[in-house]
Amino acid sequence: MARLIRTEKEVEGRYSEQWIVVEEDVLEQWPAGPRGIVGRPARRLDGLERARGQAVYTADFSPPGMLHSAVLRSPHARARVKNLDLTRARTAAGVRGAIGPEDCHVLVREPSFQGAPVAAVAADSAERAKEALELVEIEWEVLEPLLDPDEAVRRESFVDEPRYYTRGDIDRGLAEADVVVEGEYRTQTVLHNAMETHQSVCRWEGDTLEIYTSTQYIWGVRDEVADALALPRDKVRVVCNFMGGGFGAKNSPGDYTFIAVALAGQTGAPVHCALSRREENVASGNRNSTIQRLVAGARADGTLTALSGEYVNAIGWYGFSGPTYGPMEMLYDCENVRTTSYGAKLNSPPNAAFRAPGFVEGTFGLECILDELAAKLDLDPLELRRRNHADHDLVEGRPFSSKNLLDCYEMAEPHWERREAVRARSDDVWKRGVGLASQVWYGGGGPPSYAWIRVGSDGRAAVVTAMQDIGTGTRTVMAQIAAEELGVPLSHVRVELGDSARGPFATLSAGSSTTPSMGPAVRAAAADAKRQIIEIAAQRYELEERVLDIKDGEVISADGGSWPLEEVTGLLGDAQILGKGARGPNPTGMRVLTFGIQVAEVAIDIETGEVRVERIAAIHDVGRIINPLGAQSQVEGGIIQGLGHTLSEERLLDPQTGATLTQTLDSYKLPTIADVPEIVCEFVDKPDEHLTNLGSKGLGEPPIIPTAAAIANAIRDATGAEIHSLPITREEMLRALREAEERRRAREQVGAAQA
Amino acid sequence: MIELSVNGQSHELEAPVGRTLAEALRLDLGLTGTKVACGEGHCGACTVQLDGVPILSCITLVHTVGRRQVTTIEGLAEHPLVDAFVRADALQCGFCTPGQIVSAAALVETRPEPTSDEIRHAMSGNLCRCGTYPRIEEAVLSWQG
Repeated sequence: MARLIRTEKEVEGRYSEQWIVVEEDVLEQWPAGPRGIVGRPARRLDGLERARGQAVYTADFSPPGMLHSAVLRSPHARARVKNLDLTRARTAAGVRGAIGPEDCHVLVREPSFQGAPVAAVAADSAERAKEALELVEIEWEVLEPLLDPDEAVRRESFVDEPRYYTRGDIDRGLAEADVVVEGEYRTQTVLHNAMETHQSVCRWEGDTLEIYTSTQYIWGVRDEVADALALPRDKVRVVCNFMGGGFGAKNSPGDYTFIAVALAGQTGAPVHCALSRREENVASGNRNSTIQRLVAGARADGTLTALSGEYVNAIGWYGFSGPTYGPMEMLYDCENVRTTSYGAKLNSPPNAAFRAPGFVEGTFGLECILDELAAKLDLDPLELRRRNHADHDLVEGRPFSSKNLLDCYEMAEPHWERREAVRARSDDVWKRGVGLASQVWYGGGGPPSYAWIRVGSDGRAAVVTAMQDIGTGTRTVMAQIAAEELGVPLSHVRVELGDSARGPFATLSAGSSTTPSMGPAVRAAAADAKRQIIEIAAQRYELEERVLDIKDGEVISADGGSWPLEEVTGLLGDAQILGKGARGPNPTGMRVLTFGIQVAEVAIDIETGEVRVERIAAIHDVGRIINPLGAQSQVEGGIIQGLGHTLSEERLLDPQTGATLTQTLDSYKLPTIADVPEIVCEFVDKPDEHLTNLGSKGLGEPPIIPTAAAIANAIRDATGAEIHSLPITREEMLRALREAEERRRAREQVGAAQA
Repeated sequence: MIELSVNGQSHELEAPVGRTLAEALRLDLGLTGTKVACGEGHCGACTVQLDGVPILSCITLVHTVGRRQVTTIEGLAEHPLVDAFVRADALQCGFCTPGQIVSAAALVETRPEPTSDEIRHAMSGNLCRCGTYPRIEEAVLSWQG
């Protein structure tokens, strides 16, 4: 039965209260462990289509008469357009339309970051459009940009209200500490660089606006576009069947969608607006840089008495302050915690969510300072984490729906015990060591999310829901859940998704929320369809419904009877069974979180500062694993992105002008296949008994969270050098080594003086 | 008018000066399996083979191809590597995958049993942002089934 509840909805750590229509989740969870299909490795349903290049991405979609566009973006970080004349551009050969700030609300006269869109043209070909941009007459007044985040804080230039959090009494906590460590940690700006750049093809079909777009949230695009253009939401159709990666940057329509819509309106033709790789690296969002000023205090036995952090997030002209403070508040059982968070508003390109925004950055600082504390206390870092394990949520005083972090620690032991052997492989030049870091994150998903299942007379099923598979493999996971519940082979289930006009509402593919939100709805829909099939079978074979079941594509009865499913569904003729399912509410009064730990082994060339990561073991606690094959890929992918964040990736801005210097993939260094270490991936794989009919949490984000800190801590283990800044370039590594050497000399001098 | 031989088929097409091979394949011949992700030769997504040698089609002018045979992912649809990639889960979003497979196919043509080092050397020009590299290595190591 539909029920209206007022509940808390969480997306990437941002909570909002809202009314939600939910349906009761009456299905019992399956027992733990692999079942016939769920919990066993499954190949991607769309693997062949993608591998053969047959999958049609937005970049490949080209309806007849489609025009191409090019966008004039501000070369200045802060400027005013004194004069703009589109006449020459508009009348150039092959040009069909041109728009400026008067024609489209995302085009601006006073750009406040490099890359802000000012004007756009549509032409018969991409070349013509680019050429026409050269004909736009524009006169600039260049203004002084604000680029320094600390200066922005001093001037109170913020994108959102500063956040202050306190629990307990930080001064008392520091007074009780036997050891106190302080440190400033910095993380850099990194870029998503999904292989398919941000893009849309927009066209009018009658009174309906159709948007084919590379997105993580087709419903979000529909609603934002409809609201901005004052269209009924039902008159906007959003389609995304295949998309080439998002990582958090594709949750909204983006300027390119609105530009394509405006140009489609002006020209009466479909219009493609795609960012070039260089535009992508300037103006499509980023993981913002942070400055973290941290203090940690503990008693001699390792009990944390105080944690304090001031976080300056260099957001850009707009965007949001990610929960950089989250790990400090949530990961450990510390009574006295104080955090302050500023979102500095700067004349730099806006940030966008990037795979565990805030937590990747905050975990680097927290887990590094924890190891400094362990070193001062002469305590084993894993033991320090065990002693401060939180058995309930200290932020909201709630019990966890499930938490198996101690199991993760136990599973980490064999990897952690390798450190003697790893260190022993050091020589004069290459020093080796092992480090670890813990992780906490959200990932419980929630309502509303809906799915339908259609079963035809051939006994084959189609899951229909307007979600999207951004490459994480959710299409396959949904098919596994449906096949398991329906009792049919996986090959008899297909998944139709990616079209807001052809399926019920589904959640966004972000915040590690797709599987925990959509999975239970799909299972409920499959159960509804199965119930209807059994009702038909009971009447056909004159048996009671309660003695019937469906297994391996057969309808079976308790007394041993069995009939092929098609024999029952064949009675439908051309009709179909429609099962409907909804995501039930999250457990009341509980905190739903994901946990994990990673253990890194590194080698450092102390002469050149080269850092090589040789092995990473990852143990994650995300409830029931649906597809172990896809889950392993998620973990490896997260770690490899984390590796880039730790060692090679950095968006560089010219400190004078605010211009992005790293616009190409030869200046912005993504990891390659040659950079990848051995990765060992393990899961606790215990269903969360309080969470939905599946007990599954999300896995997209957790694996990227602890990687940087685990590597930095391994470097300390190997060399004694303290890493305080990402990425760990050779310069940073050599600086940290020199500093460690100076500390060692100073200690020796003190020792000699005392002797 | 130029002649272009793609996947064993000969095509005649009008190509303005400056047309890249990637544009000719995607726009003129409708072979959209070849992806363009950076457009300036840095990422490998647009990889095709010319007479069996992997090249970057986004920075190759179509007029320079001449009589050389172009092989795209469409011409490798039945190559055992395709199944090996799916078996090993060597793709996530899949946008770089056609380029990866075209590069790998050229490698195994000359080195049917490549070592991990040889794979890492040959494939390091094909970027994958989803981070499927360990699975790619496994797929190429086990491509013969």
